[in-house]
Amino acid sequence: MSVRTPDAVGAIGAVGVALGLAQMGAALLGAPMAGYTGAGLALCLVPLVVGGLIRAVAPYWGTTPGIKNDGVHHAPSQSRGWPAWLLGVVITAFYCAVYWAPAQLVGLMNLVTPLYAALTGKAPALATVEGVRAAGWDPRQWFLYGLLYTVAVVVMGARMAMRYRHSRYQLARTASVCFFQLTFGFLVPQLLQAFQQPEFYFTYFWPLKKEYLFPSDLRGLVEQGTLGVFMAYWGVLMALVAVPVLTYFYGKRWYCSWVCGCGGLAETAGDPWRHLSSKSLAAWRFERWSIHGVLVLITLTTGLVWANSAAQGQVLGHASSTATHWYGFLVGAVLSGVVGVGFYPLLGTRVWCRFFCPQAAILGLLQRFFSRFRITTNGGQCISCGNCSTYCEMGIDVRAYAQRGANIVRASCVGCGVCAAVCPRGVLRLENGATSGDRFPLSDKPLHALMEALRK
Amino acid sequence: MHIVILGNGIAGVTCALGVRRRLPQARITLVSGESDAFFSSTALMYVFMGHMRLRDTEPYERRVWDEQRIERVRGWVGAVDVVNARLEFTDGRTLPWDKLVLATGAQPNRFGWPGQDLPGVQGLYSVQDLEALEASSRGLKRGVVVGGGLIGVELAEMLHSRGVDVTILAREPRYWSNALPGREADLVGRVIERAGVQVRYGTELQAIEAGSNGRAAEVVTRAGDRLACGLVGLTAGVSPNVSALSNGAVPTRRGVLVNTRLETRVEHVYACGDCAEITEDNAESGRVEQLWYTGRAQGEIVAANLAGEGRTYARGVWFNSAKFFDLEWHTYGEVDPAPVVRAGERHLWWSDPSGLHALRIVERDGAVTGMNSLGWRQRQDVWTQWIEARRPVEAVLKELARASFEPEFARRFEAAVRQGGQWLQAGEST
Ligand SMILES: Cc1cc2nc3c(=O)[nH]c(=O)nc-3n(C[C@H](O)[C@H](O)[C@H](O)COP(=O)(O)OP(=O)(O)OC[C@H]3O[C@@H](n4cnc5c(N)ncnc54)[C@H](O)[C@@H]3O)c2cc1C
Ligand code: SF4
Repeated sequence: MSVRTPDAVGAIGAVGVALGLAQMGAALLGAPMAGYTGAGLALCLVPLVVGGLIRAVAPYWGTTPGIKNDGVHHAPSQSRGWPAWLLGVVITAFYCAVYWAPAQLVGLMNLVTPLYAALTGKAPALATVEGVRAAGWDPRQWFLYGLLYTVAVVVMGARMAMRYRHSRYQLARTASVCFFQLTFGFLVPQLLQAFQQPEFYFTYFWPLKKEYLFPSDLRGLVEQGTLGVFMAYWGVLMALVAVPVLTYFYGKRWYCSWVCGCGGLAETAGDPWRHLSSKSLAAWRFERWSIHGVLVLITLTTGLVWANSAAQGQVLGHASSTATHWYGFLVGAVLSGVVGVGFYPLLGTRVWCRFFCPQAAILGLLQRFFSRFRITTNGGQCISCGNCSTYCEMGIDVRAYAQRGANIVRASCVGCGVCAAVCPRGVLRLENGATSGDRFPLSDKPLHALMEALRK
Repeated sequence: MHIVILGNGIAGVTCALGVRRRLPQARITLVSGESDAFFSSTALMYVFMGHMRLRDTEPYERRVWDEQRIERVRGWVGAVDVVNARLEFTDGRTLPWDKLVLATGAQPNRFGWPGQDLPGVQGLYSVQDLEALEASSRGLKRGVVVGGGLIGVELAEMLHSRGVDVTILAREPRYWSNALPGREADLVGRVIERAGVQVRYGTELQAIEAGSNGRAAEVVTRAGDRLACGLVGLTAGVSPNVSALSNGAVPTRRGVLVNTRLETRVEHVYACGDCAEITEDNAESGRVEQLWYTGRAQGEIVAANLAGEGRTYARGVWFNSAKFFDLEWHTYGEVDPAPVVRAGERHLWWSDPSGLHALRIVERDGAVTGMNSLGWRQRQDVWTQWIEARRPVEAVLKELARASFEPEFARRFEAAVRQGGQWLQAGEST
């Protein structure tokens, strides 16, 4: 392999990451250095983040800006070798613990408690295995999860930015997902609690945050005062107005690869595995059913909840809470967490976004039929090399369109722009200028086109 | 009707699919010695560098062949027997045809250099070449690439990505100066050297000498310099592959001679792609076009003519693109690579101080006739329109932004071109 990288610097970074992980291990065993104090947490986070940033950036330092895919398919960690399996197992185990066995994570929760206390203004006692078992959960399990998630996004965001620094679109987009995760995905909801406000995520809407359109939650927010009322309106307006309007002008990407935290993780931490997404016809068939299936499920569930609320629990009994519970388990935990992230190193980055996310399903339908967004191709310049299809994390066979000079208008496209970046012949361009009915055949009659697609 | 297509590259495959669209009943057989599945030879470098697997470079999913009822035969054809209308394979098999399409591609040039057939000396054209390169590059420290062109820089980048010390021998005084005018050639050369690859200009290969293990070990230049190396890449252009036609049954010159309907001189035999030489009225110098899109377009014409549409191949406004390490190049229309601006022409030249973005617009007799851009993606349809409509440069400059194909948020250079563009008049060096 190439020896151009400042390997020594990278190794220092790796040592930092290892020290941070060691402190986490020690915390899990109940004996972190400097105990469960601010200093103890710093001994974990500082080497983890600083080391991670160094490790992420070092291989690209001093190289000329441009595509950096050398050796991707030779690296076992990126081509389903044992390191990929190991990592998949570790991530999956962590997700299982966060969702279903939080008592296993008591050591880590206590490690992050100083930061939790500082941000939320709360002063919780150290968690205990028995306490968490008895309560069934602890708010710090989600805080821990959010913290690690954010660290992953920011550290790997630096890597992504270095890799694609020749493209301002990629730099802007990466900065955007890091910003939204750090602020609205992590700090803001915690800080809100410090001010006795509801823990609210401004960057998620129904159906991703299904509660934001549930009557009880809306009522709860409104009772919290002015900010709560604002939040309730925000959630409704974003879901019902902003999503279609913004998607009309910019395509699905305004959300999926600029704002969303799930997308943010995929675009940063997931970048090393984007090429593993399946391009097979079978995957595409499965995707059509699975993603729209989840959309139907959440719509029915929400309908049930409203019906139940209207009937004041008289008619449906526990049906709606049972539906909500099972939806939360299956979609929220299993599909979005365990499968969606745990399988990154094996099935590619956007497993959740591509196959299951109901928000993506809505954005996708809008993008396919009611949007200006499309990827255009540059005449006959395509040399059918396949880089675009290979690096499409959504498994779209971009080349199939490019080599016949057709626009790419697909529901699943998240507009990450990596196809355009890796294309060695400058064939692809993301566009959302006004169209004159030439996005796809029948694009001047979108409803008709939608009906045709349904009939197929 | 049995249509046999010899060669499963872009020309042959496009032809096969085009025939199927037009003639649902025809029996179609694709023959190739190289590979079962059609892959993209333009992507060989990415396979070696680990960007893709060979499978990822296949432009069509494998189910297409069955779905389209295209039979595939694997094997090397030794001779085309036009008397009995059949192919003769080197292993003794034969295959009869009603109509034959020759789409045999090209071969790397070897100019009779001593040592050119030694182990460790190779071109870069086929899957077999890729496999040989993979084997030779294990533990390889130094490589020499002979020929400073497009495939040469790709081979250099490939070896460089594995930490091999690479030297390119270029016959010309500047990089690829038989296609690039002076300033572009200089910028490209600089990018290649900045990446860590040495280019020796004005240097020709004299001989390749073997080491004690019988493999290539040293390259000797015309000037008598000696360069130790474990691999010699021959990338001094390609020539049509007419090896199966050595019996003279189908007339060839540089390539298989065809008219503009891509019919050879033999009835029911056509040719397209890298192997074809197109001559109108048997003119002295025929056109040999060895590009991906020309192969695709020619394959489509042959398919149409097999279906009796009687179409002629007209290429339209020329275009091409390539990438030199990280520097992308687009060209539209005609750009004379001569070292000085020709009489009747003037060129507008602009380049960014970084040397990573540049534009040349060629004007002849008051109209835009061609352009080159480096590090600046340009739209084919817009430039084609401008060139076909013979727009004056001033009008083009005003609308230059329309032609940009750069991603959103990219730096814009239009204003800089309008302010800082420099006119090169006839006789000035390009
Ligand atoms: C490394 C590389 C990079 C390139 N990059 C570009 C680029 O960026 N842009 C561009 O426009 N062009 C590029 N080209 C050129 C482009 O790939 C060719 O022009 C194109 O592939 C030619 O297609 P074809 O169908 O004519 O022939 P080929 O693809 O060569 O196919 C011919 C097939 O016929 C088979 N065949 C020949 N003779 C026999 C026989 N006797 N028996 C059995 N089978 C036989 C061969 O095995 C081969 O599979 C590149 C080429 C190479 C090698
Ligand atoms: S990466 Fe570009 S040249 Fe390659 S197949 Fe895709 S569009 Fe065509």
